[in-house]
Formats: sequence, structure tokens, C-alpha cells
Amino acid sequence: MPRNTIEISETIEHLTILNENDELDASLEPDIAADELRRLYRCMLLARRFDERLLDLQRQGRIGTFPPIQGQEAAHLGAVAPLRPSDWMVPSFREMAAELWRGRSLENIIIANNGFEQAGAMHADSRNLPMAVPVASQIPHAVGLAWAAKYRQTDDVVMTFFGDGATSEGDFHEGLNFAAVFQVPVIFVCQNNHWAISVPLKRQTRSGTLVQKAVAYGMPGIQVDGNDLLAVYVAAREAIARARAGDGPTLIECVTYRVMMHTTADDPKRYRTDEEVQQWRRRDPLPRFERYLIGKGVLTPDVIGSLKAEIAQEIQVAVARAEEQMPVLRAQSLSVFDHLYADLPPYLKAQKQMLAEELSLSDEESANG
Amino acid sequence: MAKMTMVQAINMALRQEMEKDDRVIVMGEDVGLDGGVFRVTEGLIEQFGEQRVLDTPLAESAIAGMAVGMAAYGLRPVCEIQFSGFAYHSFHQLESHAARFRRRSQGRFQMSLVLRAPYGGGVRALEHHSESREAYWAHTPGLKMVIPSGPRNARALLVAAIRDPDPVIFYESKALYRAFREEVPEEEEVLPIGRPRIVRAGDDITLIAYGAMLRPTLEAAEELQKRDGLGAEVIDLLTISPLDDTLLTESVRKTGRAVVIHEASRSFGPGAEIVARLVESAFYYLEAPIERVTGYDLIIPLFSQEQNYIPSVRRIVRAARKTVNA
Repeated sequence: MPRNTIEISETIEHLTILNENDELDASLEPDIAADELRRLYRCMLLARRFDERLLDLQRQGRIGTFPPIQGQEAAHLGAVAPLRPSDWMVPSFREMAAELWRGRSLENIIIANNGFEQAGAMHADSRNLPMAVPVASQIPHAVGLAWAAKYRQTDDVVMTFFGDGATSEGDFHEGLNFAAVFQVPVIFVCQNNHWAISVPLKRQTRSGTLVQKAVAYGMPGIQVDGNDLLAVYVAAREAIARARAGDGPTLIECVTYRVMMHTTADDPKRYRTDEEVQQWRRRDPLPRFERYLIGKGVLTPDVIGSLKAEIAQEIQVAVARAEEQMPVLRAQSLSVFDHLYADLPPYLKAQKQMLAEELSLSDEESANG
Repeated sequence: MAKMTMVQAINMALRQEMEKDDRVIVMGEDVGLDGGVFRVTEGLIEQFGEQRVLDTPLAESAIAGMAVGMAAYGLRPVCEIQFSGFAYHSFHQLESHAARFRRRSQGRFQMSLVLRAPYGGGVRALEHHSESREAYWAHTPGLKMVIPSGPRNARALLVAAIRDPDPVIFYESKALYRAFREEVPEEEEVLPIGRPRIVRAGDDITLIAYGAMLRPTLEAAEELQKRDGLGAEVIDLLTISPLDDTLLTESVRKTGRAVVIHEASRSFGPGAEIVARLVESAFYYLEAPIERVTGYDLIIPLFSQEQNYIPSVRRIVRAARKTVNA
């Protein structure tokens, strides 16, 4: 019996529309309304400035540990931009620009980063899931939401985010497999930022790309320049249209880079060179998009100048408002018993009472009690 | 009323809830065409179709994780994990997400989902098919842990679990699946989660058990009556967590003696919590130390030695006598 060749005929595209040298492939340029382009730029700039401010606040001890997003704004903002508000977003934890686009407030982010459960409160009809910290664990949730959206015969789609490290987790593989088997409307957006804390991409996988894993699950995939907002936008728009039409899931690999630390508790100097970081800083998505918009006449340096002032003010107000609210929230000590179950069982009522009594005692009473 | 096995009673609960509520979705490995390896889901795919009865790929984490997403959307998934020994893959999704979503979202998302799994020994099975690890789930804030002891309460508790606004882990004793039949009414019957029941009244000693251990405990109570003239009060826990100790406390304050019986291993098992609660609530009423009759702190032995691991009528009777003679 001869050895036969099994043809695996899938091909995968890489898409760049506006490259790091400001060269535009006009034939691929998406037709995005000028207003929408300005909104995208504003959101990207706001996210960048806010991220910088959060780092200052963290260094001053005014917020806790947080994961900076710098350099990855285009890779997640460009993906959510073509979604409808009625579509679902299932984030990981480094998609702040996308969360701002989907309506999360700066104030809420500051409060959440100060360890307040109450910041988890959201509108009753919110279609953004909360951040998921355990890597890749949110991927099956997106599949379940998409299954439900299909079961209810809506045309809602679901988009979920994760990093390159997540592609080593079982939940990534299980989630993609389930999505393809059930042909549900979900878009998997990988933020390949090359580093999972200190472990480089080449230690996560021997695959030449991350997107080629789509082939094994029988779904379309595309790799895009994640620092090119136009390319991310176009790839996401195509995947969303396919999902909405009932043609199932897509894997998008956004090739980008984490120019900052993993979180503020991390020191990247221990495991990577400055040269590598500098090389990626030159591919920064924000000035690239800015030059494109100026060249296109959508923005002028004057408009950008006043936007910057407006954003600085917006951030200042948000910090002040958040810091005003936190003492009030801190005083709500018994709220930790809220929302564990729909109804508090008897033994938890007793434990809540124990905490209330403890709090009612002065240090002296407690010492003597 | 029809006489039913526990398999048939659970099947009826699933069928009736699916008829009443199109948010209820049954999913798991082999639950469709095959009707489940224990036939608990038999006939459901014929009645409700592939849209409501999902044969999933073989991946317990994604089954639970997908159920989290479905529940976030507002559906009420009922997952079957083929054996509780394979549920540990789903532990991560349940601990990290199902148990936390309500609080993480401050009430926006409720996780109305059920994870059913056969547990326990006594069926001459392979390794990983006989464990009784309910303490893992019971130790997890945000989850509920329910274990019925017979066909009628299995049906009524499963209905409650499916309608519950929070995630419920529902362990079904394999040994009880076809062990006996009970009258189960066709009309609706719901047992509230979180309430133990007195199944035999008595004044001399309190025996606390659940799941497959209820029957040997009742036999032990009869033996104590016949041979020792002792009136044992037997309490069926039904819900392991949230544990309501009100009834246990009342009973032990009356009898002054107690034995806790479970198949799960001893240290940090449900019995440890029950005894601690009784020490807190009934210490001055106790006439003797509370006894535990449990599995040993071992991986449950394969079936040639399993009978010595699982609490027997004899062990329960001896423990009861020890508290009386103390």
C-alpha cells in the first residue's frame, strides 16, 4: 500500500493596509466615514493618554496593579469598531481601548483598579462581559453566548479577545473546536503581543503562525498587522459579516507588541532587550493612524491639539470624581456579602452579622472583648 | 403516580422542565442519540431535537465554560458530566467563573446552570468512576451542592436546581440509579434547596446522612431500634451547600448524640463542617462526642476492596452504640 498524500488546501492571508512606513494600499482602504475615523482616533488617543495616567497613578500608590495596553490600541479598538452595540464583547484584561469604545467609563476603570467590587456593576442590558483574569478561560463563554444568540435566532455576534499565551491553554482549543462544530457566530481575536509575561512567542508554540491553528479546527483565519487599525478593522468587519450571515466562527491573529510591562508588578528588563522594544515603538499604531488622517484631511494639527487638551481635561475630571467616590464605597464594608447568591443563606447572614459586630467595636473594645 | 427508578425520575424532571421552559438546554457527552451512558437523558433528543439536546465534543472544561456563556445570555443549561471523576476539568470554569459571575458583575449576570454528575461507589467500576468529592464543590463560595437520596426527591430537587438563579452541582449516586423504585407524582413537585429533612423520627440519637448513605443509615436505625431499643432520628441532608444547620441543631439538642455518615473521605469532608457547626450550636446539649462514619482518607479502592471503604450498616450501628455507651 503506498503512502498517500492528504491535501490540506487551506491558505491563510496576511493583511496590512497602512504599513509602518505610511504606505497605503489604496485598493484595500476601507470606506469609513470621516466622523467614524475621528471617533476612532479620539478613542485611541484617549486610551493612550489614560493608560499613561494610570501608570502615574500606580507609581504614586493611587491605584493597584494594572496591565498597561500601550501599543495594542489598534489591535483591539479596530476589532470592536465594526460591532453593533447589541453584539457581545468578551474581553480578556488588556483591551481597555475597546472597553472605552463599548461604553466603559474612565472613572469605573480607576475604581476597579482600586479593588472595589462595586465597580463591577453594569447596566442590566450590558452586552460586555466583565474582564476575565485566568488566561483563555473566557473563550468558552464567548462560544456559549454565540450558541445562545443562534438558538434565539438573532443575528447578534460575539467577539472575544485573548493573547498569544492563551493559545497554549486547553480552553483555547476546546473553545475553537466547539465553535466550529456548532458553527456559532463568534470571532476569536488573538492579540499576539509576542510576550506572555516573560515567555516569548517561540516558547508558546512551534507553529509558524498562531492563525494557522484555525485550519485544524476547520474555520477561516486571517493574520493582520495589529498596529494597522485599518487592517484590523477590515478583517474584523469581514469576520463579523460572515458570523452574522450564519457562516460560523473566524480566528483573527493581530500581530502587535506589548511595549510596556505585563503588569505594573513586572520588570521586562529581566527578559528582553531595549532594542527589540525600540524596534516595535517605531511601529506605534497611534502616530501611524494620525499621519494617515492628516494626509486624508480628516484631521488637522490644530484639531489634534484641541483634542489633546480636551482629553487631558476629561482624564483629570475622571480621576477627581473617582477619588471622591472611593471613600463612600470603602465605607460600604458589608457589601462584600452582596451578590454571592441571589439570596443570602442563613449561615452567611450570621457571618455578615459577625463582620458588622466586629466593625462596630472600637480597637479598645475589641482588645478588651 | 408511577413507580420509578431514580434514572426515570431524573429523566422526567428534565423532560417536564424542558416542556415548560425553552431556556432549558441539556448538554454533554453522549446525552443525545445515546440517551446518556446511564440513559438519564433517554428520549429527550427525540422529543426536543438537536437544538435543545446537545451532544458536545469531549471536553468538560468547554462544556462548563460554554454553559457559563449560555447562562450569561439568559438560558438555563443543564450539563451532564459522564462521571464526577471527570468533572475536575470543569472545576476551573465553575470555580473561576460560574461561582463568581453574579458578584463580579454585581448582579448583572446570573448563572442559572446545573452540572449533573454520577458519583460514588458500589457499581464495580473502573478507576475514576467511584469518587465522592462533593466537598470540593461545597467548599466553593457561590456554588450550591445538592445530592438526592432517592427517585422522588431526586426529581423534586432537580426541578428546583434547574429553576435556581445560582449554579448548582447535582450529584447522583450511581448505586441508587436503579436500586429501587418509588412513587413519583406526574404533577409538579419541587423541594427547596438548602433544607434537610427528617426521614425517621427518634429521641435517642441523631443520624445525619445523604445520597447513597441514607439507605444503610435507615437500616442501621431499624437495627438500633430492634436490638438496642434506641430511637434514632435520621436526617437526610439533601443539600450539602448552602448547609442549613437549623434542623440538625434542633435534633441534636433533643437527642444529645449524633453520628454523621458519608461516603466521602474523612478529613475536611462534609462531616467535619457538620460536626463543627453542631459543636458551635449544641455543645452544652451533647452527651457524648459526635462520631463520624466515612470513607477513609484514601483514594477510593478499586472494587475488590471497595466494600470496606464505603460505610456499612454495621459500622454505622457500632458508631451509634459508641456514642450511647460513651
